[in-house]
Amino acid sequence: MQQMYNEKVIDYFMNPRNVGGIPDADGVGEVGNPRCGDVMKIYLDVDENEVIRDVKFETFGCAAAIATSSMATEMVKGLTIEQALKITNREVAGELGGLPPEKLHCSLLAEEALRAAVANYRERKSGSAISPPCSVNCGSCGGFEAEERFVAETSRVAE
Amino acid sequence: MEVRKVYLDHSATTPVAEEVFGAMAPYFTEAMGNPNSLHQWGREARRAVDEGRESVASLIGAGAAEIVFTGSGSAADNLAIKGAAYADKSGRKHIITSAVEHHAIMDTFKWLGKMGYDATFLPVDEFGMVSPDVLRNAIRDDTLIVSVMHANNEVGSINPIEELGAICRERGALFHTDAVQTAGHVPIDVSKLPVDMLTMSAHKMYGPKGIGALYIRRGIKLVPIVHGGGQEYGIRSGTENTPGIVGFGAAARLAERLREEGEEERISRIRDKLLDGIIERIPDSFVTGHRTKRLPFHCSVCVKLIEGEGMLLRMDYAGIGVSSGSACTSGSLEPSHVLLAMGLDHATAHGSVRLTLGKGTTEEDIDYVLEKFPPIVETLRKMSPYKGG
Repeated sequence: MQQMYNEKVIDYFMNPRNVGGIPDADGVGEVGNPRCGDVMKIYLDVDENEVIRDVKFETFGCAAAIATSSMATEMVKGLTIEQALKITNREVAGELGGLPPEKLHCSLLAEEALRAAVANYRERKSGSAISPPCSVNCGSCGGFEAEERFVAETSRVAE
Repeated sequence: MEVRKVYLDHSATTPVAEEVFGAMAPYFTEAMGNPNSLHQWGREARRAVDEGRESVASLIGAGAAEIVFTGSGSAADNLAIKGAAYADKSGRKHIITSAVEHHAIMDTFKWLGKMGYDATFLPVDEFGMVSPDVLRNAIRDDTLIVSVMHANNEVGSINPIEELGAICRERGALFHTDAVQTAGHVPIDVSKLPVDMLTMSAHKMYGPKGIGALYIRRGIKLVPIVHGGGQEYGIRSGTENTPGIVGFGAAARLAERLREEGEEERISRIRDKLLDGIIERIPDSFVTGHRTKRLPFHCSVCVKLIEGEGMLLRMDYAGIGVSSGSACTSGSLEPSHVLLAMGLDHATAHGSVRLTLGKGTTEEDIDYVLEKFPPIVETLRKMSPYKGG
């Protein structure tokens, strides 16, 4: 545990900030797929100046997924929507002091969840049809097709 | 306060027992001879190797000349399957294994599949077990070898190897079983079982890492994978790992003593307490694998709505060492092939946890785990977007 994740990641996993949901949230975004073992849901409370007054998350996933959702929510709290959208997954991972390479997709998921929540907020605000929170395959992990996985497995066998 | 430490990952590896360590120690230093040398140092090492072989053979009711030492359980699995495939002169090209094998078998079969063999992977039932009927329907006149593990490492179910082996006998196919999880823990007597080859590993039974063994029934011809000095009856060349073999022998004698002392009953009793306690205290959790046809030290469960790595790390933080078949612990995005083959969906398989007990595990350890585990699940479930109904 100490070797795989640094202390900051462990701290954000063991003592996650902003866990939970927001009743009557202004925007909700859900990304990921339980098939891949990661689902993130982000709730936004936005004031009239488009400042993120409060943000919460719920995550089904590994320690890295929980730590990145926690860090992402902490980073965007108090920012305007525009500022929040500029935050990238690399910045989230960077704030955590880095993630193991195989866990970087978790930080991408955090970025995507935030974008999905903002998109949902904008839809609600513009009064357009509210699409349900996205729960389809995310680009970062759901994009793997069965055949690609088989290729990966084959190359491992050949080693 | 010092955090209590409870190691519950004995299926991964066991500590070397004190008496095993003590038996090995001289063979690293003063008794360091090469068993193939003719002088007194060599003869002393040879005696030690012979004694180790006798003890390992006697644990499973085999003759000493039927035991070949290898560098690991995986090496023994590879030797059994590839060695038999290369040695075949009958032209049989069909090979059968199960969908829940250890990768040492699974990947060997996949590789042989690319080398012109026709590999069949038998489906398993909801307990991860191979039914004799399934084998009966799959076996053919040109089936060369069948390999089905004795007990599954992830879910602990014990396969009906006596019936499976009997089917192979009838059809003239070789039968191999990977007994890495069972050897030293449940009685095995190859003199009464229709098993042609059987894999064991010392480090799963309080012996050292880096030493495995393959039982090869007298009369069965294998082609070696490692050629060289002709050690191990020419089937596995390389200077014998004398301390490893001595340690394996000592571990085999220890296993027999533990059996006489009733360790199997003791451990299965506290294992049941753990299994029942988890299911009782954690809502939406269930046992994976067969409830009774099961390794005596093995407890495996799925906890719904959360993911295994988080549980594993929080347990680790509480001083408890367990493992999980979730994707996040494997470095891939796929959860355990064993749980998927048993028919579990991906999301549920991600929530698997395995707790495997050892001879040092006490009832107090179990109480401690039962105290710590439920609140960990509770905390993680509070973070999950999925809520129990």
